[in-house]
Amino acid sequence: MGNIIWIIPAAPLIGSILLGLFGARWSNRWSGFIGTLSIVISALLSVAIAVHWFQDPPVDEHMRIMLWRWISLPEYSSYIEFYLDPVSLIMMLVISVIGLLIHIFSTEYMAGEAGYSRFFAYLNLFVASMLLLVLANDLLVLFVGWEGVGVCSYLLVGFWFHKAANGYAARKSFVVTRIADVAMLVGILLLSNALGTVSIQPMLAKAALLWPHGGIMAAAGAALLLIGGLGKSAQFPFQTWLPDAMAGPTPVSALIHAATMVTAGMYLVIRLYPLFALVPSVLTVIAVGAVITILTASLTALVQRDIKRVLAYSTVAQIGYMFLALGVGAWSAAMFHFLTHAVFKALLFLSAGAIAMRLHHEQDIFRMGGLRQKLSVVFWAFLIGSASLAALPVVSAGAFSKEMILASLWESPGLGKWLWLAALFGAVLTATYIFRVVFLVFFGEVKTEPTGHYGVRIVVPLVLLAIAASTIGWLEMPKFMASSSVFSSFLEPVLGHPATESTLPHWVTAAGYIAPLLGVVIGFGLYRSGYWVRTAGPVGQGNDGGQAERSMGEGVRRFMRAGFGFDFLYDRLLVQPFLWLVKILRNDPIDAIFMSAAAAAMRFHGALRRSQIGQLRRYAGMLALGSMAVIVIMVFA
Amino acid sequence: MILVWIALIPIIGGIVVWPAGRLHPLAPRVISLAILFVDLLLTLKLIEAGGSGAWLASFYAPWVPSLGIGFRFNMDGLSWILVVLTQILGIIAVIVSWSDIKDRVGFYHANLLWSLAGSIGVFIALDLFLFFFFWELMLVPMVFVIAIWGNENRRRAAIKFFLFTQGSGLLMLVAILALVFLHQQQGGILTFNDAALLATQPTGPFGILAMLGFFLAFLVKLPAFPVHSWLPDTHTEAPTAGSVILASIMLKTAGYGLLRFAVPLFLDAAHHIAPLAMWLGVISIFYGAILAYGQADLKKLIAYSSISHMGFVLVGIYAFNAIAWQGVVILMVAHGVSTGALFIAVGAIQKRLHTRDLAQLGGVWTDLPRLSSFGTFFVLASMGLPGLGNFVGEFLILRGTYAVAPLVAVFASIGLIPAALYSLIAIQRAFHGEATVPRRVSDFGARDVSVMMALALGIIVIGVYPQPLLNIGAPALGNLVPAKQVSALPQKGRGG
Repeated sequence: MGNIIWIIPAAPLIGSILLGLFGARWSNRWSGFIGTLSIVISALLSVAIAVHWFQDPPVDEHMRIMLWRWISLPEYSSYIEFYLDPVSLIMMLVISVIGLLIHIFSTEYMAGEAGYSRFFAYLNLFVASMLLLVLANDLLVLFVGWEGVGVCSYLLVGFWFHKAANGYAARKSFVVTRIADVAMLVGILLLSNALGTVSIQPMLAKAALLWPHGGIMAAAGAALLLIGGLGKSAQFPFQTWLPDAMAGPTPVSALIHAATMVTAGMYLVIRLYPLFALVPSVLTVIAVGAVITILTASLTALVQRDIKRVLAYSTVAQIGYMFLALGVGAWSAAMFHFLTHAVFKALLFLSAGAIAMRLHHEQDIFRMGGLRQKLSVVFWAFLIGSASLAALPVVSAGAFSKEMILASLWESPGLGKWLWLAALFGAVLTATYIFRVVFLVFFGEVKTEPTGHYGVRIVVPLVLLAIAASTIGWLEMPKFMASSSVFSSFLEPVLGHPATESTLPHWVTAAGYIAPLLGVVIGFGLYRSGYWVRTAGPVGQGNDGGQAERSMGEGVRRFMRAGFGFDFLYDRLLVQPFLWLVKILRNDPIDAIFMSAAAAAMRFHGALRRSQIGQLRRYAGMLALGSMAVIVIMVFA
Repeated sequence: MILVWIALIPIIGGIVVWPAGRLHPLAPRVISLAILFVDLLLTLKLIEAGGSGAWLASFYAPWVPSLGIGFRFNMDGLSWILVVLTQILGIIAVIVSWSDIKDRVGFYHANLLWSLAGSIGVFIALDLFLFFFFWELMLVPMVFVIAIWGNENRRRAAIKFFLFTQGSGLLMLVAILALVFLHQQQGGILTFNDAALLATQPTGPFGILAMLGFFLAFLVKLPAFPVHSWLPDTHTEAPTAGSVILASIMLKTAGYGLLRFAVPLFLDAAHHIAPLAMWLGVISIFYGAILAYGQADLKKLIAYSSISHMGFVLVGIYAFNAIAWQGVVILMVAHGVSTGALFIAVGAIQKRLHTRDLAQLGGVWTDLPRLSSFGTFFVLASMGLPGLGNFVGEFLILRGTYAVAPLVAVFASIGLIPAALYSLIAIQRAFHGEATVPRRVSDFGARDVSVMMALALGIIVIGVYPQPLLNIGAPALGNLVPAKQVSALPQKGRGG
C-alpha cells in the first residue's frame, strides 16, 4: 500500500494544475467537480490506508516511501521522501477528509463568484502543499510544503482582490509568517550544518546522540524552529495576522485558518519532539507563551462584534492549548486536541459561512438574532460546535481533549499547577465568549431577515461535522468513564505512553468539567442583563470617533478589542521604520553621488569651454601667467 | 572546432540578418531564430559527447603568437550551463521582439546576435585577451540596442550603461596586463592563457590591486552595491528584449567572471577580500530590496530586485565551497529565467496599457488574467518560493555560507523578508486592486503564453529536480581552483 501514497498529495496538485490551465474555459460546474474529485481521491486513499493500517500495521509502525533525489551533493542532500507513521497518518486523514467536506461546501458557497475556478485551483494547491508538509521526511521538503501553504493562504485571503483591505490582510498574513519562517530557515541551516543531515529521523537520532541534555546547540535549533512554528500557528507574539486573515472566503478560514495550516506549528514540534525533549527550557518557554496566547486571545474574543473574528481569536487560543500541552510534553494530548479542534472549528466556521450566505454576508453578531427557528440546521450545527469548543462535559468532543490537556498540566512538575489554573480560567472564558455569540445570534428578536435556502452541499458537510464534533471524543476517555484509549495507544509507538491520571484528585477533574458550565452561565447572565449589547462597541474596526462613553471600562474594552495593542506596537516598531527607510532611500542616494560626479564633470567642461573663446589677448595673458608661475616654482623649489 | 562555431555562428548570423532586413522584415526574425536553434543544438550535443576530465570540449589556434595570444576556447559544465541559458533566452528575446520592433529590423537583430555571441564568447574564452575581446563585443551592440530601440530617455541611459561598464572594463584590462607581465617576469613566457596564468598567484599588495581590477569590473556588471546605479536606468529605458538579455544573461557574465577569473587567479587576495565581498553582498540584498519596495515604476522595481538577488550570488561566490557555488550556478540560471519572464510581462503591460507606473496600474488581473497569473507566478518564483528554482539556489548559497560565515548567512536570510515585502506589493499594485480606468485590451495570445509556459516549466523543473544541473556543474566547480593552490592556502579571511 505504500507505493500509492504519492497519489494522495499528487491528486490535488494535478487538480490544481488542470484548473489553473483550463479552469478559465470550463463551466463553474465542471471546475467544482474537478476540484472536488481530486480531494475525493486523496480522502478515499487516506481512509483506505488508515483502515489497512489498523488491521495490519507495518513493521516498526512506519513506512518510508522514496520518490526521487531532490538535491544530492556530497556535502548536502535532500530527498523527496514520504514518512508515514501514526502521527502523519492522523494529520493526513484530517486534512483530506475535512478538506473534502469543505470543498463540497465551497462548491455551493462560492457559486456565482467571479474566479470560481481560480478559487478551487488555489484550494487544491493548498491541500497538496499541506499534505506534502505532513508527509515529508526531510526538513527542507517540509519547508517546501510550509511555504506552499503560506502562499496559498496569501492567495486565498486576498481572493477578492478588488478590495485593498483584503490585499493588505493577505500581505500581512504572509509577511508576519515569513518573518517567523526566516528563523525556521536559519534553524534548518544550523541543524544541517551541525548534524550533517536534515532527513528528519536520522537527524533526530544524531541530535539525541551528539547533543547533551539541555545543550546550547539543541536549544538554539529547537528555538529557531519553534519561532517558525509560532508564526504559522499564530501564537504570541505572532498572533496578529490571523484575525485579519478572516478577509478571505469563509471556507478558506475553515480549512486553512482553523483546521489545518495553523496547526502546522504544533505538528512541527511533535514531529521533532525528541529534539524538543532535549531542552526543557524551550518547553517552558512554549508553555508560558501558550498561557499568554490563551488569555489574551480569549479576552479579545470576548469583545469582538464580527463572528469570524471571534472564531479567529478562539482558534489562536485553542492552538494555544495545544502548545500548552506541548510545553509539558503531553504530545498525544496536543494531537488529540488538534483532532477535535479541526472538527469543531471547521463546523463553527462553516456554520458562520452558512449564516452569512442567508444574511447578505452579514458578519456582525449584533445585527443577527433570533436565528434559532429561521435557520434551525445551522443553529444545531453551531450549538454543537460551540459546545465542543467550550468543552461542555460528555456531550462534546472538545471536553475529552481539553480534559486530557488539563490532566497533563496538573501532573506535570514545576509550573504545572499554575499552568493548570490558567488553562482552567481560559476554559471559563472560552465558554463565555462562544455562548455570547450563540445567545446573541440565535436567540432574541430577529434583526436581519434571512433569504434563500440551503442546498444539499451545505447541509451534508454541516451534519457530518456535527456528528463528528459530538462523537469523536470517545476515541479517548478518562479512566473513570469508559477507559477508552484508542487514540493514545494508536500514537504510542511514536509519542510514547501518555501520563497516567491515577493520581489526579477528583476535585481537579470536577473543576475541569464545571469551568465550562460556569462560563456558559456567565455568558447567559450577561446576555439576559443586556451587558453584551451595552458593551458592543462601535460598528466595524478601529476608531469610533470618540462617541463612545469615555469610562474606564470602555477604555479597557477598546484596548482588548484591538488585540492588546500588538498591531499598534508592531506598526511603530517595525512598519514605520521600514517605510521611513524606504522613503529616504527611494531615489537611490548612491546614484545621486555618481550623477553629481557627472554634473561636476559637465560644469568643468562648461568652464573649460568658456575659456576657449578665441580671444587672443586672454590666451596671451594666460600664457604669461602660466610662465610666471613656472618661473616662480623653479626659483623657489 | 565546435566551440569556435558556437561563438562564430551568431556573429556570422548578425552579418547576414542586417542586409536581410531590407528584403522583408520577417527575414531577420526567422534567420535569427534558426541560427540560435542551430547554435543551441550544437551546444546540447556537447554534453552527450562528454570529454576529458572537467572539460567537455576545447579548441586552440594561435592568434598573435609573439604576444602569447591565442584562440583558446574551453567549455566545462559551468560554461555549458550558461551558454545554453544564453541561447535559450536569446531565442526568447527574438520571439518577444517579433511584434515589438518594427524599425530597422535587420540592424536590430544583428545587434542582438552580436551581443549574444559576445556573451557566449565570454563564457568559453580561456585566453584573457580573447575574453576581453568578447567582453567588449557583448557591450557595444547592447549600447546600440538601448540607444536606438529604447524608451524615452534611451540616449542618457545608454551613455550611463556604456560609461559604467566601459570604465570598469578598462580597469580589468589593466589588471589583465599586470598579471600577464608578472607572469612573464616569473617564468619568462608572455602568455594570456588562463591555465598558465593560474600558476602565477600574485600575493601581497600587488595581488590585491590586480585582483581589484577584475573584482570591480565584475562588481559593476553584477551589479552590487555601491556600483549598481547604472542598472535601474538602463533597464527602464531598454526595450523588452534588451532587458531580458541584460538581466538574464549579461549579469551572469559577472558571476561567471568572478568564479572563473577573479577568484582562481588571485586566491590569496580573494580570500583577503572575502569578508568585504560577502558583506557587500548582504548590503546589496537589503539595499536592492528596500529600494525595490519604494519604486513607482514596475520595471525599476524588478531592476532593483535583481540587485538584491545578485547580492546572494556575491555572498555565495565568496563562501568558497562547493555547496554555495552550486547554489550560485542554480540561482544565476533561475534568476535568468524568472527575471527574464518578469521583464517580458512588464513589456507586455507597457505595450497594452502604455504605462509602467504602479500608481496607474492596478486591477490588471480583471482585464488580463493570463498575463497577471504568469506575472504573479514569476514574482513568487523570484521571491524564492520553495519548490521553484530560485529557492534551490538561495538555499544552497545560504547552506554553504553558513558553514563558513554563519553571521553572513543569517543576515542574508533576513534579506528574504524585504524580498517578500516588495514582491507582494508589486503583485498588489500591478495585478490586484481595482482598475482606475476601464481598459479594453487583449490578453496574452498563443505566442506569449507558450513563451511564458516554457519559462514557467523551466523554473519548476529547476525547483523540483535540479540534480541534472548540479551534476553538470559539479566537475567544473571542483576544477575551478586547482587543488594545489587550495591546499597551500592559509585558513584566513574566510569571512564573517
